[in-house]
Amino acid sequence: MEHDRLVRTMEAILGPEGVISEREQLRSYECDGLMNYRVIPELVVLPETAEHVQQIVKLCYDEGIPFVARGSGTGLSGGALPVESGVLIVLSRMRKILEVDIPNQRVVVEPGVLNMWVTNEVAEHGYYYAPDPASQLISSIGGNLAENSGGVHCLKYGFTTNHVMGAEIVLPDGTMVNVGGGKAPDAPGYELLGAFVGSEGTLGIATKITLRIVRKPESVRTLLAAFKDTEEAGGAVSGIIGAGIVPAAIEMMDSLCIEAVETAVHPGFPQAGAILIVELDGPKAEVESQFEQTVRICEENNASEIRIAEDDTERALFWKGRKASFAAMGRISNDYYVQDSVVPRTELGKVLKRISEIGEEHGMRVANVFHAGDGNLHPLVLYDNNVPGEAERAEDVAGEIVLTCLEHGGSLTGEHGIGVDKKKYMPKMFATEDLDTFQLLRCAFDPHQICNPGKVLPTPRLCGERPGPFRMHPVQKAGLAENF
Amino acid sequence: MDRRNDSLDPRETGNPYDSVDATERQTDSSAQVSTSGGPGAHGAGSPQDIPMDTYAAGDSIRQTVGRGRPTETGSYIFPAFDDHHPPEKDLIDDCVHCGFCLPTCPTYVLFGEEMDTPRGRIYLMNKALDEEPMTDNNVRHWDLCLGCMACVTACPSGVQYDKLIEATRAQVERRYERSPQDKAFREMIFQLFPYPNRLRLAAAPLKLYQRFGVGDKLHKAGVMKLLPKRMRAMEALMPMLNEQQDVPEVTQPVGEKRARVGFIKGCVQRVFFSDVNSASVRVLAAEGCEVVAPKLQGCCGALSVHAGREEEFQGFARKLIDAFEGLELDHIIINAAGCGSTLKEYGYLLRDDPEYAERASAFGEKVLDISEFLQELGPVAERHPLPVAAAYHDACHLAHAQGVRKQPRQTLKQIPGMDVREIKEAEICCGSAGIYNMIEPEPATELGDRKARNVLNTGARMIVTSNPGCMLQIQASLKRMGESMPMAHPMEVLDASIRGEPVESLLER
Repeated sequence: MEHDRLVRTMEAILGPEGVISEREQLRSYECDGLMNYRVIPELVVLPETAEHVQQIVKLCYDEGIPFVARGSGTGLSGGALPVESGVLIVLSRMRKILEVDIPNQRVVVEPGVLNMWVTNEVAEHGYYYAPDPASQLISSIGGNLAENSGGVHCLKYGFTTNHVMGAEIVLPDGTMVNVGGGKAPDAPGYELLGAFVGSEGTLGIATKITLRIVRKPESVRTLLAAFKDTEEAGGAVSGIIGAGIVPAAIEMMDSLCIEAVETAVHPGFPQAGAILIVELDGPKAEVESQFEQTVRICEENNASEIRIAEDDTERALFWKGRKASFAAMGRISNDYYVQDSVVPRTELGKVLKRISEIGEEHGMRVANVFHAGDGNLHPLVLYDNNVPGEAERAEDVAGEIVLTCLEHGGSLTGEHGIGVDKKKYMPKMFATEDLDTFQLLRCAFDPHQICNPGKVLPTPRLCGERPGPFRMHPVQKAGLAENF
Repeated sequence: MDRRNDSLDPRETGNPYDSVDATERQTDSSAQVSTSGGPGAHGAGSPQDIPMDTYAAGDSIRQTVGRGRPTETGSYIFPAFDDHHPPEKDLIDDCVHCGFCLPTCPTYVLFGEEMDTPRGRIYLMNKALDEEPMTDNNVRHWDLCLGCMACVTACPSGVQYDKLIEATRAQVERRYERSPQDKAFREMIFQLFPYPNRLRLAAAPLKLYQRFGVGDKLHKAGVMKLLPKRMRAMEALMPMLNEQQDVPEVTQPVGEKRARVGFIKGCVQRVFFSDVNSASVRVLAAEGCEVVAPKLQGCCGALSVHAGREEEFQGFARKLIDAFEGLELDHIIINAAGCGSTLKEYGYLLRDDPEYAERASAFGEKVLDISEFLQELGPVAERHPLPVAAAYHDACHLAHAQGVRKQPRQTLKQIPGMDVREIKEAEICCGSAGIYNMIEPEPATELGDRKARNVLNTGARMIVTSNPGCMLQIQASLKRMGESMPMAHPMEVLDASIRGEPVESLLER
């Protein structure tokens, strides 16, 4: 379909205010939260209803136009990277909370609703929405669903997939279906919802999502423990989990990270090789007894200092330090490269040791801050982009870290998704047959490969797709031509 | 585009996944996840209230997206910026595109698209810096920024958006050719509002107009609809005028002298809200301050600098610095939020001026918002009870630009009987934003109505806020909704309390 006709057709569906077709404006959408990859889409559309989405997708299907869905554009794996000559369907105007059903503990929302709004909406009834990615203030529920987002409290409460009860989905051929979603918790037949959550926008677009909300815990207790090094802290983590305690969160920060955080937000953390922040929640009696046990386990693992949050203010201060850690890296380094691998908890010590060796071998600093309870690492490779070659070295180090995690039985990503950024590592984690099976599932939903093509799975040669990072052509660099 | 002929079954070939694809390293230096913030970062100054019943905007959405918008002039300026203070690359690079600024940005709340967000506007600046021209499109998106600085509060990476948008606006004003009507309207505003004397003259017929209810009659006759929308917006915003009272040049403290302070009278404040100035001076004196209010003081230039009128601003700033020099003041006090944030930045804004740079910083360092100053000084005058529920509205240029949130609330809470209510979505601008509600009436009106609804929902009997613009804006929205609510500056409330006036003096105005 030629460009002008496509614009006019979309305008007929959405009105002129729902179609972005001018170059400067399109460029605002050329990347999401990960700026390393950029592609200018042919068109951006802003639907306001599920019917809009259905009509757009149907048009794309009929005309063979690839499309990509995008929520708030905060993803860290390039999952919402547009496709060249494709349509970007932005769901940020679909932001109504459709139903709040407290007795059945469910909330029905449109995909553009922000994670935090759900909690805000039900807080007065004593409920909240449990998955809490660091970006919960801005990331959309649709995006959370696509990426199966996690957060610090997912150790106990599970990821997004455990909190989505159903969804209305527009399939890549424009069919609208409902999966799950009744008031009764379970339905017979294939668990399609399970396949859809975490599919990174490759199986269709959710237009209505039913979420489970949970009751606020009666009691919350938080402690901060300092250790000589990450190994001893890791020992405490194993001890706590091994004792049958399921904390709401266990977070670890290493010395480099503590240093950065102290400079940025001054939470008054002790100087140590590693610190753990452990939070327990639940019925008061249970929390009290397990909290004592946790303190004891930390002491047994040679904690040099244990601080117990006396009130909400102090608790908030602990979390402020933890949650500001990415932002704080800027205080000790110009640039950084973040990874999101997961390792079995039992391998944590070995992997951390190997990570610091890799850093030393390349002469690079690597800071660690992570969800220790479920082994979800966020190693931050620090570098300075102004030093020629450092960016490449940082990426090499990050790559080696990923491979190390895989060698120890780990996984590529805990919560950020594969997107376009990590798909090249997929063959390292999965055998060809595994990937083929993924591909078969994908083809069952999207036979024409038009729904977020080029993401998650490494592109088979025969597909002929050319998504990918923005590269400046030499002629363009020389100032002889504009973008091609 | 058509991929339907491609084979779908990966098993048909040998080992297709081994192929190299487009996700290899890319070397473009501007695309790193970098600098002082992190994509997953959060924590710093996160907003407490986030819009919940957010809806796509009404008509104002057409101001920004879609072909055939009315304001287009077909401009194409390349390179977009000249060498005189373009938005700084270093400051742009601080933005890591994490998106934490989006939910508190009023235009994102209204329009729900990327170009009208701080992140999007910075992205456009970056592109304009080295690749793209300045066109109607990017100017439109920069113009639509209210400059409320809620994004500065929300940003975990410390991006100085205020400096970026000010630099960009100065470039736009210098280089971009606005349509003749647009230009004329802006010129009219800037020939009027920064000049109290002209404003007073213009206000005189307004007083007659109001006394005889001309506006209401014209509204009834439908004549108002014939006015251009911007003129209608101005008409709707005009306050009822009271008798104007000027403050004396020197006011002696009550009791022991605790400080000697300068007092800035403002422009809109002086003409339309002279009561606020009188109350402020009485409060300062009651708290033991000798108050010096130089007779010959003009505009501080805040409106000009926010609109990118750099030279005009500098002229105003130099004159004001002159007016306050040599007075041996401990502090310089301002009671209008919008003026205060600019006054505090005089040093930065006049950094290129060899003659004034140092004097400007010295001046800026002395400036304090009045409630900030009073809390620092500590209360001595007796507070009499004022039993009333009041909604406190954060002026953006006080809360976001100056970080003054606690002090005005404390000021009110120190009054016995005062029940201070918080307004939902407190972080979101009311749409006043300097001259914004006159220049961009549609989005401003939608924001104003939204704010007014949230104010009414507090169940409070009056509104207290520190900025004249916010008062006019919220008042206009309430009137449109057929409601009304008494309004006061925190200093009027405090003055009433110190003087032991009955609460009715605030409610029956």
